[in-house]
Amino acid sequence: MHFFIARLASATVVIFGVLVLVFLLIHLVPGDPVEVMLGESARPADREALRISLGLDQPLLSQFGQYLGNVLSFDLGTSLHSQRPITDILLERIPATLELALAALLVAVLIAFPLGVMAAVRKDSGWDHGAMAVSLLGVSVPNFLMGPLLILLFAVWLGWFPVSGREGLGSLVLPAITLGSAMAAILSRMLRATLLEVLGEDYIRTARAKGLAPHVVIWRHALRNALLPVITLLGLQLGALLAGAVITEMVFSWPGIGQLIIEAIQGRDYPVVQACVLLISLTYVLVNTLTDLAYGWFDPRVRLGQAA
Amino acid sequence: MSAVVNVNGIKRSGFARMFGLWLPLTVVGGWALVALTSPLLSIAPDHIELTRILAPPGLGGLLGADDLGRSLAERVLAGAQTSFIVAVWVVLVSAVLGTMVGMFSAYLGGRWDRVVVHIIDIFLAFPGILLAIALAGILGPGIENVVIALSVVGWVGYARLARAQVLSLKHREHVQAAVALGAGTGRIVFRHLLPLLMAPLIVEASFGIAGIVIAEAGLSFLGLGVQPPEASWGSMIRDGARYLLVAPHVVLVPGVALMLVVLSVNLLGDRLRDRLDVRNRN
Repeated sequence: MHFFIARLASATVVIFGVLVLVFLLIHLVPGDPVEVMLGESARPADREALRISLGLDQPLLSQFGQYLGNVLSFDLGTSLHSQRPITDILLERIPATLELALAALLVAVLIAFPLGVMAAVRKDSGWDHGAMAVSLLGVSVPNFLMGPLLILLFAVWLGWFPVSGREGLGSLVLPAITLGSAMAAILSRMLRATLLEVLGEDYIRTARAKGLAPHVVIWRHALRNALLPVITLLGLQLGALLAGAVITEMVFSWPGIGQLIIEAIQGRDYPVVQACVLLISLTYVLVNTLTDLAYGWFDPRVRLGQAA
Repeated sequence: MSAVVNVNGIKRSGFARMFGLWLPLTVVGGWALVALTSPLLSIAPDHIELTRILAPPGLGGLLGADDLGRSLAERVLAGAQTSFIVAVWVVLVSAVLGTMVGMFSAYLGGRWDRVVVHIIDIFLAFPGILLAIALAGILGPGIENVVIALSVVGWVGYARLARAQVLSLKHREHVQAAVALGAGTGRIVFRHLLPLLMAPLIVEASFGIAGIVIAEAGLSFLGLGVQPPEASWGSMIRDGARYLLVAPHVVLVPGVALMLVVLSVNLLGDRLRDRLDVRNRN
Protein backbone atom coordinates (compact mmCIF):
# COMPACT_ATOMS: atom_id res chain seq x y z
CA MET A 1 0.00 0.00 0.00
CA HIS A 2 2.88 2.28 0.87
CA PHE A 3 4.14 2.06 -2.72
CA PHE A 4 0.85 3.22 -4.19
CA ILE A 5 0.47 6.16 -1.80
CA ALA A 6 4.06 7.29 -2.39
CA ARG A 7 3.59 7.05 -6.15
CA LEU A 8 0.38 9.08 -6.06
CA ALA A 9 1.97 11.70 -3.79
CA SER A 10 4.89 12.22 -6.15
CA ALA A 11 2.50 12.40 -9.10
CA THR A 12 0.62 15.16 -7.29
CA VAL A 13 3.84 17.14 -6.75
CA VAL A 14 4.74 16.72 -10.42
CA ILE A 15 1.30 17.84 -11.59
CA PHE A 16 1.54 20.92 -9.38
CA GLY A 17 4.98 21.69 -10.81
CA VAL A 18 3.71 21.27 -14.36
CA LEU A 19 0.92 23.73 -13.61
CA VAL A 20 3.43 26.27 -12.26
CA LEU A 21 5.66 25.97 -15.34
CA VAL A 22 2.79 26.17 -17.81
CA PHE A 23 1.40 29.16 -15.91
CA LEU A 24 4.79 30.87 -16.11
CA LEU A 25 5.04 30.29 -19.89
CA ILE A 26 3.03 33.40 -20.66
CA HIS A 27 5.37 35.49 -18.53
CA LEU A 28 8.30 34.40 -20.69
CA VAL A 29 6.93 36.29 -23.67
CA PRO A 30 9.57 38.92 -24.41
CA GLY A 31 8.17 42.36 -23.63
CA ASP A 32 4.52 42.92 -22.85
CA PRO A 33 2.51 39.76 -23.63
CA VAL A 34 -0.65 41.75 -24.26
CA GLU A 35 1.08 43.93 -26.83
CA VAL A 36 2.65 40.91 -28.50
CA MET A 37 -0.70 39.13 -28.70
CA LEU A 38 -2.78 42.03 -29.98
CA GLY A 39 -0.15 43.75 -32.08
CA GLU A 40 1.14 47.28 -31.75
CA SER A 41 -1.82 48.86 -33.48
CA ALA A 42 -4.35 47.67 -30.91
CA ARG A 43 -6.37 50.30 -29.09
CA PRO A 44 -5.33 50.94 -25.47
CA ALA A 45 -8.85 50.08 -24.29
CA ASP A 46 -8.66 46.64 -25.95
CA ARG A 47 -5.27 46.03 -24.41
CA GLU A 48 -6.53 46.93 -20.97
CA ALA A 49 -9.54 44.66 -21.43
CA LEU A 50 -7.34 41.72 -22.39
CA ARG A 51 -4.91 42.46 -19.56
CA ILE A 52 -7.76 42.32 -17.08
CA SER A 53 -9.41 39.27 -18.59
CA LEU A 54 -6.09 37.39 -18.49
CA GLY A 55 -5.58 38.65 -14.93
CA LEU A 56 -2.19 40.11 -15.89
CA ASP A 57 -2.92 43.25 -13.83
CA GLN A 58 -2.91 41.19 -10.62
CA PRO A 59 0.14 40.25 -8.56
CA LEU A 60 1.79 37.01 -9.72
CA LEU A 61 0.69 34.89 -6.78
CA SER A 62 -2.99 35.75 -7.02
CA GLN A 63 -2.77 35.23 -10.80
CA PHE A 64 -1.54 31.73 -10.12
CA GLY A 65 -4.30 31.10 -7.58
CA GLN A 66 -6.86 32.16 -10.14
CA TYR A 67 -5.24 30.01 -12.83
CA LEU A 68 -5.26 27.00 -10.52
CA GLY A 69 -8.93 27.54 -9.67
CA ASN A 70 -9.87 27.89 -13.33
CA VAL A 71 -7.98 24.77 -14.40
CA LEU A 72 -9.59 22.74 -11.62
CA SER A 73 -13.01 23.78 -12.91
CA PHE A 74 -11.97 22.91 -16.51
CA ASP A 75 -11.98 26.55 -17.52
CA LEU A 76 -8.89 27.05 -19.68
CA GLY A 77 -9.76 30.53 -20.81
CA THR A 78 -10.84 31.92 -24.17
CA SER A 79 -8.99 31.71 -27.45
CA LEU A 80 -7.92 35.17 -28.65
CA HIS A 81 -8.18 34.03 -32.21
CA SER A 82 -11.64 32.47 -32.33
CA GLN A 83 -13.09 33.98 -29.13
CA ARG A 84 -14.33 30.54 -28.13
CA PRO A 85 -13.76 28.66 -24.86
CA ILE A 86 -10.46 26.76 -25.18
CA THR A 87 -11.94 23.67 -23.55
CA ASP A 88 -14.40 23.36 -26.45
CA ILE A 89 -11.63 23.73 -29.01
CA LEU A 90 -9.54 21.06 -27.28
CA LEU A 91 -12.49 18.67 -27.14
CA GLU A 92 -12.89 19.01 -30.90
CA ARG A 93 -9.24 18.25 -31.51
CA ILE A 94 -8.66 15.41 -29.06
CA PRO A 95 -10.28 12.59 -31.12
CA ALA A 96 -7.97 13.19 -34.09
CA THR A 97 -4.81 13.10 -31.98
CA LEU A 98 -6.02 10.10 -29.98
CA GLU A 99 -6.79 8.22 -33.16
CA LEU A 100 -3.36 9.02 -34.58
CA ALA A 101 -1.55 8.08 -31.36
CA LEU A 102 -3.36 4.75 -30.99
CA ALA A 103 -2.80 3.87 -34.64
CA ALA A 104 0.90 4.75 -34.29
CA LEU A 105 1.12 2.58 -31.18
CA LEU A 106 -0.39 -0.30 -33.12
CA VAL A 107 2.08 0.22 -35.98
CA ALA A 108 4.98 0.31 -33.51
CA VAL A 109 3.93 -2.94 -31.81
CA LEU A 110 3.26 -4.69 -35.13
CA ILE A 111 6.73 -3.80 -36.43
CA ALA A 112 8.69 -4.14 -33.19
CA PHE A 113 7.53 -7.58 -32.07
CA PRO A 114 8.52 -9.62 -35.10
CA LEU A 115 11.72 -7.58 -35.49
CA GLY A 116 12.78 -7.77 -31.82
CA VAL A 117 11.92 -11.45 -31.35
CA MET A 118 13.64 -12.43 -34.57
CA ALA A 119 16.77 -10.50 -33.63
CA ALA A 120 16.89 -12.09 -30.16
CA VAL A 121 16.20 -15.65 -31.30
CA ARG A 122 18.79 -15.51 -34.07
CA LYS A 123 21.28 -13.46 -32.12
CA ASP A 124 24.42 -12.46 -34.03
CA SER A 125 23.06 -13.82 -37.28
CA GLY A 126 22.47 -11.82 -40.44
CA TRP A 127 18.82 -11.49 -39.39
CA ASP A 128 19.84 -9.93 -36.09
CA HIS A 129 22.21 -7.43 -37.71
CA GLY A 130 19.64 -6.62 -40.37
CA ALA A 131 16.89 -6.02 -37.82
CA MET A 132 19.12 -3.80 -35.69
CA ALA A 133 20.28 -1.86 -38.74
CA VAL A 134 16.64 -1.22 -39.65
CA SER A 135 15.97 -0.06 -36.10
CA LEU A 136 18.99 2.25 -36.10
CA LEU A 137 17.73 3.72 -39.34
CA GLY A 138 14.33 4.14 -37.74
CA VAL A 139 15.75 6.21 -34.87
CA SER A 140 17.87 8.28 -37.21
CA VAL A 141 15.14 9.32 -39.63
CA PRO A 142 13.10 12.04 -37.91
CA ASN A 143 9.39 12.07 -38.63
CA PHE A 144 9.49 15.37 -40.49
CA LEU A 145 11.67 13.61 -43.04
CA MET A 146 9.94 10.22 -42.88
CA GLY A 147 6.59 11.91 -43.53
CA PRO A 148 7.51 13.65 -46.80
CA LEU A 149 9.37 10.52 -47.97
CA LEU A 150 6.29 8.34 -47.36
CA ILE A 151 4.09 10.93 -49.07
CA LEU A 152 6.41 10.97 -52.05
CA LEU A 153 6.47 7.17 -52.37
CA PHE A 154 2.95 6.07 -51.40
CA ALA A 155 0.83 9.12 -52.15
CA VAL A 156 2.51 10.87 -55.06
CA TRP A 157 4.14 8.03 -56.99
CA LEU A 158 2.00 5.02 -56.11
CA GLY A 159 -1.20 6.91 -55.30
CA TRP A 160 -2.26 4.42 -52.64
CA PHE A 161 -3.09 6.90 -49.89
CA PRO A 162 -4.12 10.56 -49.74
CA VAL A 163 -1.34 13.13 -49.37
CA SER A 164 -2.81 14.84 -46.31
CA GLY A 165 -5.95 15.61 -44.35
CA ARG A 166 -8.20 13.39 -42.29
CA GLU A 167 -10.81 11.66 -44.39
CA GLY A 168 -11.42 7.96 -44.03
CA LEU A 169 -9.17 5.20 -42.78
CA GLY A 170 -6.79 5.52 -45.73
CA SER A 171 -5.67 8.95 -44.61
CA LEU A 172 -4.61 7.52 -41.24
CA VAL A 173 -2.11 5.02 -42.67
CA LEU A 174 0.82 7.28 -43.59
CA PRO A 175 0.68 9.50 -40.46
CA ALA A 176 0.48 6.41 -38.25
CA ILE A 177 3.50 4.82 -39.91
CA THR A 178 5.43 8.09 -39.70
CA LEU A 179 4.72 8.50 -36.01
CA GLY A 180 5.00 4.81 -35.13
CA SER A 181 8.29 4.04 -36.87
CA ALA A 182 10.61 5.74 -34.38
CA MET A 183 8.84 4.05 -31.50
CA ALA A 184 9.03 0.72 -33.32
CA ALA A 185 12.78 1.16 -33.62
CA ILE A 186 13.30 1.80 -29.90
CA LEU A 187 10.81 -0.87 -28.91
CA SER A 188 12.42 -3.58 -31.02
CA ARG A 189 15.86 -2.87 -29.51
CA MET A 190 14.42 -2.99 -26.03
CA LEU A 191 12.52 -6.19 -26.77
CA ARG A 192 15.63 -7.85 -28.14
CA ALA A 193 17.67 -6.89 -25.07
CA THR A 194 15.12 -8.02 -22.45
CA LEU A 195 14.39 -11.19 -24.37
CA LEU A 196 18.09 -12.05 -24.50
CA GLU A 197 18.30 -11.50 -20.76
CA VAL A 198 15.28 -13.70 -20.07
CA LEU A 199 16.53 -16.41 -22.44
CA GLY A 200 19.59 -16.81 -20.24
CA GLU A 201 17.53 -17.68 -17.17
CA ASP A 202 17.42 -21.11 -15.58
CA TYR A 203 13.74 -21.73 -16.13
CA ILE A 204 14.19 -21.32 -19.86
CA ARG A 205 16.88 -23.98 -19.77
CA THR A 206 14.49 -26.18 -17.84
CA ALA A 207 11.73 -25.59 -20.37
CA ARG A 208 14.09 -26.50 -23.18
CA ALA A 209 15.45 -29.48 -21.32
CA LYS A 210 12.02 -30.97 -20.85
CA GLY A 211 11.64 -30.93 -24.59
CA LEU A 212 9.27 -28.04 -25.27
CA ALA A 213 9.22 -26.83 -28.84
CA PRO A 214 11.40 -23.73 -29.42
CA HIS A 215 8.46 -21.53 -30.37
CA VAL A 216 6.60 -22.53 -27.19
CA VAL A 217 9.63 -21.60 -25.11
CA ILE A 218 9.86 -18.22 -26.79
CA TRP A 219 6.23 -17.20 -26.98
CA ARG A 220 4.90 -18.82 -23.80
CA HIS A 221 7.79 -18.72 -21.37
CA ALA A 222 10.24 -16.05 -22.40
CA LEU A 223 8.09 -13.35 -23.95
CA ARG A 224 5.73 -13.28 -21.02
CA ASN A 225 8.49 -12.20 -18.67
CA ALA A 226 10.10 -9.90 -21.17
CA LEU A 227 6.83 -8.06 -21.57
CA LEU A 228 6.75 -6.06 -18.32
CA PRO A 229 9.74 -3.81 -19.04
CA VAL A 230 8.48 -3.41 -22.58
CA ILE A 231 5.11 -2.20 -21.32
CA THR A 232 6.85 0.31 -19.04
CA LEU A 233 8.83 1.54 -22.01
CA LEU A 234 5.60 1.91 -23.98
CA GLY A 235 4.31 4.18 -21.22
CA LEU A 236 7.49 6.25 -21.24
CA GLN A 237 7.59 6.40 -25.01
CA LEU A 238 4.06 7.72 -25.11
CA GLY A 239 5.56 11.11 -24.29
CA ALA A 240 7.79 11.00 -27.36
CA LEU A 241 4.76 9.87 -29.31
CA LEU A 242 2.66 12.83 -28.17
CA ALA A 243 5.46 15.31 -28.89
CA GLY A 244 6.13 13.61 -32.24
CA ALA A 245 2.44 13.98 -33.03
CA VAL A 246 2.95 17.74 -33.17
CA ILE A 247 5.35 17.43 -36.09
CA THR A 248 3.50 14.55 -37.75
CA GLU A 249 0.22 16.47 -37.64
CA MET A 250 1.92 19.43 -39.28
CA VAL A 251 3.34 17.23 -42.06
CA PHE A 252 -0.03 15.67 -42.87
CA SER A 253 -2.35 18.60 -41.99
CA TRP A 254 -3.92 16.31 -39.41
CA PRO A 255 -6.42 18.38 -37.42
CA GLY A 256 -5.33 17.44 -33.91
CA ILE A 257 -3.85 19.03 -30.81
CA GLY A 258 -0.40 19.22 -32.40
CA GLN A 259 -1.58 21.27 -35.33
CA LEU A 260 -3.56 23.44 -32.92
CA ILE A 261 -0.49 24.25 -30.81
CA ILE A 262 1.54 25.34 -33.85
CA GLU A 263 -1.34 27.40 -35.24
CA ALA A 264 -1.69 29.03 -31.83
CA ILE A 265 2.05 29.80 -31.69
CA GLN A 266 1.91 31.34 -35.16
CA GLY A 267 -1.16 33.37 -34.21
CA ARG A 268 0.33 34.34 -30.83
CA ASP A 269 -2.72 32.84 -29.17
CA TYR A 270 -0.75 32.04 -26.00
CA PRO A 271 -3.65 30.88 -23.79
CA VAL A 272 -4.27 28.12 -26.36
CA VAL A 273 -0.55 27.22 -26.37
CA GLN A 274 -0.65 26.95 -22.58
CA ALA A 275 -3.75 24.78 -22.66
CA CYS A 276 -2.30 22.39 -25.25
CA VAL A 277 0.98 21.99 -23.38
CA LEU A 278 -0.93 21.39 -20.16
CA LEU A 279 -3.22 18.81 -21.74
CA ILE A 280 -0.40 16.83 -23.34
CA SER A 281 1.81 16.91 -20.23
CA LEU A 282 -0.98 15.90 -17.87
CA THR A 283 -1.93 13.03 -20.16
CA TYR A 284 1.67 11.90 -20.10
CA VAL A 285 1.96 12.13 -16.31
CA LEU A 286 -1.31 10.27 -15.90
CA VAL A 287 -0.31 7.42 -18.22
CA ASN A 288 3.11 7.13 -16.60
CA THR A 289 1.65 7.00 -13.12
CA LEU A 290 -0.87 4.37 -14.20
CA THR A 291 1.91 2.33 -15.84
CA ASP A 292 3.94 2.50 -12.65
CA LEU A 293 1.00 1.51 -10.50
CA ALA A 294 0.16 -1.37 -12.80
CA TYR A 295 3.78 -2.46 -12.74
CA GLY A 296 3.76 -2.45 -8.94
CA TRP A 297 0.51 -4.37 -8.97
CA PHE A 298 1.83 -7.11 -11.23
CA ASP A 299 5.36 -7.36 -9.91
CA PRO A 300 5.68 -7.57 -6.12
CA ARG A 301 9.42 -6.89 -6.33
CA VAL A 302 8.66 -3.32 -7.44
CA ARG A 303 5.97 -2.80 -4.83
CA LEU A 304 8.16 -4.01 -2.00
CA GLY A 305 11.10 -1.89 -3.06
CA GLN A 306 13.33 -4.71 -4.22
CA ALA A 307 13.19 -3.55 -7.78
CA ALA A 308 15.02 -5.93 -10.04
CA MET B 1 18.71 2.17 -23.28
CA SER B 2 20.45 -0.83 -21.90
CA ALA B 3 19.68 -2.44 -25.17
CA VAL B 4 22.85 -3.18 -27.05
CA VAL B 5 24.97 -6.03 -25.82
CA ASN B 6 28.53 -5.30 -25.02
CA VAL B 7 30.68 -6.33 -27.89
CA ASN B 8 33.99 -5.70 -26.19
CA GLY B 9 36.52 -8.30 -27.13
CA ILE B 10 34.59 -9.44 -30.17
CA LYS B 11 36.64 -9.06 -33.28
CA ARG B 12 34.85 -6.96 -35.84
CA SER B 13 35.15 -7.67 -39.50
CA GLY B 14 36.67 -5.10 -41.84
CA PHE B 15 33.18 -4.41 -43.14
CA ALA B 16 31.89 -3.59 -39.65
CA ARG B 17 34.88 -1.35 -38.93
CA MET B 18 34.28 0.45 -42.17
CA PHE B 19 30.61 1.18 -41.48
CA GLY B 20 30.82 1.32 -37.71
CA LEU B 21 33.82 3.57 -37.38
CA TRP B 22 35.55 5.08 -40.39
CA LEU B 23 32.52 6.15 -42.39
CA PRO B 24 30.72 7.81 -39.46
CA LEU B 25 33.97 9.43 -38.33
CA THR B 26 34.40 10.90 -41.79
CA VAL B 27 30.84 12.21 -41.84
CA VAL B 28 31.02 13.76 -38.38
CA GLY B 29 34.49 15.14 -39.06
CA GLY B 30 33.28 16.65 -42.33
CA TRP B 31 30.27 18.15 -40.57
CA ALA B 32 32.44 19.80 -37.92
CA LEU B 33 34.99 20.96 -40.49
CA VAL B 34 32.34 22.56 -42.70
CA ALA B 35 30.73 24.24 -39.71
CA LEU B 36 34.00 25.66 -38.41
CA THR B 37 35.41 26.79 -41.74
CA SER B 38 32.23 27.96 -43.48
CA PRO B 39 33.03 31.64 -42.90
CA LEU B 40 36.17 30.99 -44.94
CA LEU B 41 34.48 29.00 -47.68
CA SER B 42 33.16 31.52 -50.11
CA ILE B 43 29.63 30.21 -50.23
CA ALA B 44 26.54 32.30 -50.89
CA PRO B 45 23.63 30.28 -49.51
CA ASP B 46 21.22 33.20 -49.84
CA HIS B 47 22.13 34.06 -53.42
CA ILE B 48 18.96 33.95 -55.53
CA GLU B 49 19.20 32.95 -59.17
CA LEU B 50 15.79 33.10 -60.81
CA THR B 51 16.86 31.13 -63.86
CA ARG B 52 17.69 28.14 -61.70
CA ILE B 53 14.42 27.77 -59.76
CA LEU B 54 14.01 24.11 -58.72
CA ALA B 55 16.88 23.15 -61.02
CA PRO B 56 17.57 19.41 -60.73
CA PRO B 57 20.93 18.07 -59.59
CA GLY B 58 23.34 17.57 -62.40
CA LEU B 59 26.86 17.95 -63.64
CA GLY B 60 27.10 21.72 -63.73
CA GLY B 61 24.32 22.33 -61.20
CA LEU B 62 25.83 20.13 -58.49
CA LEU B 63 22.92 19.38 -56.10
CA GLY B 64 20.36 21.56 -57.83
CA ALA B 65 18.50 24.59 -56.55
CA ASP B 66 15.49 25.35 -54.37
CA ASP B 67 12.28 27.23 -55.09
CA LEU B 68 14.10 30.57 -55.11
CA GLY B 69 16.93 29.29 -57.24
CA ARG B 70 19.37 29.16 -54.35
CA SER B 71 22.09 26.53 -54.57
CA LEU B 72 21.12 23.51 -52.46
CA ALA B 73 24.74 22.50 -52.01
CA GLU B 74 25.62 25.83 -50.47
CA ARG B 75 22.48 25.87 -48.34
CA VAL B 76 23.23 22.38 -47.03
CA LEU B 77 26.67 23.60 -45.98
CA ALA B 78 25.15 26.63 -44.26
CA GLY B 79 22.60 24.33 -42.58
CA ALA B 80 25.45 22.16 -41.34
CA GLN B 81 26.84 25.19 -39.59
CA THR B 82 23.49 25.98 -37.95
CA SER B 83 23.00 22.45 -36.64
CA PHE B 84 26.61 22.19 -35.46
CA ILE B 85 26.52 25.47 -33.55
CA VAL B 86 23.23 24.57 -31.88
CA ALA B 87 24.41 21.05 -31.03
CA VAL B 88 27.70 22.21 -29.50
CA TRP B 89 26.14 24.98 -27.45
CA VAL B 90 23.21 22.96 -26.19
CA VAL B 91 25.40 20.01 -25.20
CA LEU B 92 27.87 22.33 -23.48
CA VAL B 93 25.28 24.31 -21.55
CA SER B 94 23.05 21.42 -20.57
CA ALA B 95 25.88 19.00 -19.75
CA VAL B 96 27.73 21.47 -17.52
CA LEU B 97 24.59 22.72 -15.82
CA GLY B 98 22.95 19.32 -15.43
CA THR B 99 26.10 17.61 -14.20
CA MET B 100 26.70 20.31 -11.57
CA VAL B 101 23.16 20.15 -10.27
CA GLY B 102 23.13 16.35 -10.25
CA MET B 103 26.54 15.94 -8.60
CA PHE B 104 26.03 18.44 -5.80
CA SER B 105 22.47 17.31 -5.20
CA ALA B 106 23.52 13.69 -4.73
CA TYR B 107 26.63 14.49 -2.73
CA LEU B 108 24.99 16.92 -0.33
CA GLY B 109 21.79 14.88 -0.04
CA GLY B 110 19.05 15.85 2.38
CA ARG B 111 16.42 18.49 1.73
CA TRP B 112 18.29 20.06 -1.21
CA ASP B 113 18.43 16.68 -2.93
CA ARG B 114 14.71 16.08 -2.45
CA VAL B 115 13.93 19.45 -4.05
CA VAL B 116 16.19 18.71 -7.00
CA VAL B 117 14.59 15.29 -7.51
CA HIS B 118 11.16 16.93 -7.65
CA ILE B 119 12.36 19.54 -10.13
CA ILE B 120 13.87 16.83 -12.32
CA ASP B 121 10.59 14.88 -12.18
CA ILE B 122 8.63 17.97 -13.16
CA PHE B 123 10.81 18.63 -16.19
CA LEU B 124 10.59 14.98 -17.19
CA ALA B 125 6.80 15.31 -17.12
CA PHE B 126 6.93 17.34 -20.32
CA PRO B 127 7.12 14.81 -23.10
CA GLY B 128 10.01 14.96 -25.54
CA ILE B 129 10.56 18.25 -27.25
CA LEU B 130 7.10 19.58 -26.40
CA LEU B 131 8.47 22.02 -23.82
CA ALA B 132 11.11 23.14 -26.31
CA ILE B 133 8.42 23.71 -28.92
CA ALA B 134 6.38 25.82 -26.50
CA LEU B 135 9.44 27.75 -25.27
CA ALA B 136 10.80 28.41 -28.74
CA GLY B 137 7.33 29.44 -29.84
CA ILE B 138 6.94 31.88 -27.00
CA LEU B 139 10.50 33.27 -26.98
CA GLY B 140 10.31 33.79 -30.73
CA PRO B 141 12.51 32.45 -33.54
CA GLY B 142 16.28 32.81 -33.66
CA ILE B 143 19.29 30.61 -33.02
CA GLU B 144 19.81 31.87 -29.44
CA ASN B 145 16.26 31.00 -28.46
CA VAL B 146 16.63 27.55 -29.99
CA VAL B 147 19.72 27.00 -27.83
CA ILE B 148 17.88 28.26 -24.73
CA ALA B 149 14.78 26.15 -25.38
CA LEU B 150 16.76 22.95 -26.01
CA SER B 151 19.07 23.53 -23.02
CA VAL B 152 16.11 24.05 -20.68
CA VAL B 153 14.92 20.61 -21.76
CA GLY B 154 18.38 19.06 -22.07
CA TRP B 155 19.98 19.58 -18.66
CA VAL B 156 17.61 17.15 -16.96
CA GLY B 157 19.10 14.04 -18.51
CA TYR B 158 22.61 14.94 -17.37
CA ALA B 159 21.38 15.89 -13.90
CA ARG B 160 19.66 12.55 -13.48
CA LEU B 161 22.64 10.63 -14.76
CA ALA B 162 25.18 12.51 -12.62
CA ARG B 163 22.99 12.20 -9.55
CA ALA B 164 22.52 8.45 -9.95
CA GLN B 165 26.25 7.95 -10.51
CA VAL B 166 27.33 10.03 -7.52
CA LEU B 167 24.82 8.26 -5.27
CA SER B 168 26.52 4.98 -6.06
CA LEU B 169 30.05 6.44 -5.90
CA LYS B 170 29.99 8.64 -2.83
CA HIS B 171 30.46 5.80 -0.35
CA ARG B 172 33.54 4.53 -2.12
CA GLU B 173 36.65 4.32 -0.04
CA HIS B 174 38.65 6.91 -1.91
CA VAL B 175 35.90 9.44 -1.29
CA GLN B 176 35.71 8.53 2.38
CA ALA B 177 39.47 8.86 2.58
CA ALA B 178 39.31 12.34 1.08
CA VAL B 179 36.61 13.32 3.57
CA ALA B 180 38.72 12.00 6.42
CA LEU B 181 41.69 14.02 5.17
CA GLY B 182 39.54 17.13 5.39
CA ALA B 183 38.95 17.83 1.71
CA GLY B 184 36.19 20.36 1.01
CA THR B 185 32.98 19.56 -0.84
CA GLY B 186 34.12 21.25 -4.03
CA ARG B 187 37.41 19.39 -4.08
CA ILE B 188 35.75 16.04 -3.51
CA VAL B 189 33.12 16.60 -6.16
CA PHE B 190 35.49 17.88 -8.84
CA ARG B 191 38.66 15.90 -8.10
CA HIS B 192 37.32 12.64 -6.75
CA LEU B 193 33.87 12.18 -8.26
CA LEU B 194 33.81 14.02 -11.61
CA PRO B 195 36.63 11.98 -13.19
CA LEU B 196 34.67 8.79 -12.51
CA LEU B 197 31.60 10.32 -14.13
CA MET B 198 33.31 11.30 -17.34
CA ALA B 199 32.79 8.06 -19.27
CA PRO B 200 28.99 7.83 -18.87
CA LEU B 201 28.68 11.59 -19.38
CA ILE B 202 30.60 11.45 -22.64
CA VAL B 203 28.43 8.62 -23.89
CA GLU B 204 25.29 10.50 -22.89
CA ALA B 205 26.55 13.63 -24.62
CA SER B 206 27.39 11.78 -27.82
CA PHE B 207 23.84 10.44 -28.11
CA GLY B 208 22.63 13.86 -27.00
CA ILE B 209 24.20 15.45 -30.08
CA ALA B 210 22.12 13.24 -32.36
CA GLY B 211 18.98 14.17 -30.46
CA ILE B 212 19.76 17.88 -30.64
CA VAL B 213 20.47 17.82 -34.36
CA ILE B 214 17.04 16.25 -34.86
CA ALA B 215 15.40 18.66 -32.41
CA GLU B 216 16.91 21.75 -34.01
CA ALA B 217 15.81 20.59 -37.45
CA GLY B 218 12.39 19.77 -35.98
CA LEU B 219 11.98 23.25 -34.51
CA SER B 220 13.11 24.82 -37.77
CA PHE B 221 10.71 22.55 -39.64
CA LEU B 222 7.91 23.97 -37.52
CA GLY B 223 9.12 27.50 -38.28
CA LEU B 224 10.38 27.99 -34.71
CA GLY B 225 14.09 27.79 -35.45
CA VAL B 226 16.41 30.12 -37.31
CA GLN B 227 14.88 33.01 -39.22
CA PRO B 228 14.78 32.96 -43.01
CA PRO B 229 16.79 33.41 -45.10
CA GLU B 230 19.25 31.67 -42.76
CA ALA B 231 19.52 28.00 -43.68
CA SER B 232 18.64 25.05 -41.49
CA TRP B 233 18.12 21.48 -42.71
CA GLY B 234 14.72 21.48 -41.02
CA SER B 235 13.44 24.60 -42.74
CA MET B 236 14.87 23.39 -46.05
CA ILE B 237 12.83 20.20 -45.70
CA ARG B 238 9.71 22.19 -44.83
CA ASP B 239 10.10 24.59 -47.76
CA GLY B 240 10.89 21.76 -50.13
CA ALA B 241 7.88 19.67 -49.08
CA ARG B 242 5.65 21.99 -51.12
CA TYR B 243 7.47 21.01 -54.31
CA LEU B 244 7.68 17.30 -53.55
CA LEU B 245 5.78 16.41 -56.71
CA VAL B 246 7.94 18.36 -59.16
CA ALA B 247 11.30 18.57 -57.39
CA PRO B 248 11.78 15.88 -54.71
CA HIS B 249 15.51 16.63 -54.56
CA VAL B 250 14.81 19.85 -52.64
CA VAL B 251 13.68 17.67 -49.69
CA LEU B 252 16.03 14.78 -50.34
CA VAL B 253 19.27 16.79 -50.29
CA PRO B 254 18.91 18.27 -46.77
CA GLY B 255 17.15 15.08 -45.65
CA VAL B 256 20.08 12.87 -46.61
CA ALA B 257 22.53 15.29 -44.98
CA LEU B 258 20.55 15.22 -41.73
CA MET B 259 20.19 11.46 -41.80
CA LEU B 260 23.87 10.89 -42.47
CA VAL B 261 24.94 13.08 -39.56
CA VAL B 262 22.42 11.61 -37.10
CA LEU B 263 23.17 8.05 -38.14
CA SER B 264 26.92 8.65 -37.88
CA VAL B 265 26.68 10.27 -34.47
CA ASN B 266 24.54 7.37 -33.23
CA LEU B 267 26.97 4.80 -34.61
CA LEU B 268 29.92 6.56 -32.97
CA GLY B 269 27.92 6.75 -29.73
CA ASP B 270 27.35 2.99 -29.83
CA ARG B 271 31.01 2.51 -30.48
CA LEU B 272 32.02 4.83 -27.66
CA ARG B 273 29.69 3.09 -25.23
CA ASP B 274 31.24 -0.27 -26.05
CA ARG B 275 34.74 1.13 -25.79
CA LEU B 276 34.18 2.93 -22.49
CA ASP B 277 32.18 -0.04 -21.22
CA VAL B 278 29.25 2.02 -20.00
CA ARG B 279 26.20 -0.04 -19.17
CA ASN B 280 22.74 0.65 -17.82
CA ARG B 281 22.10 3.68 -19.90
CA ASN B 282 18.47 4.66 -19.45
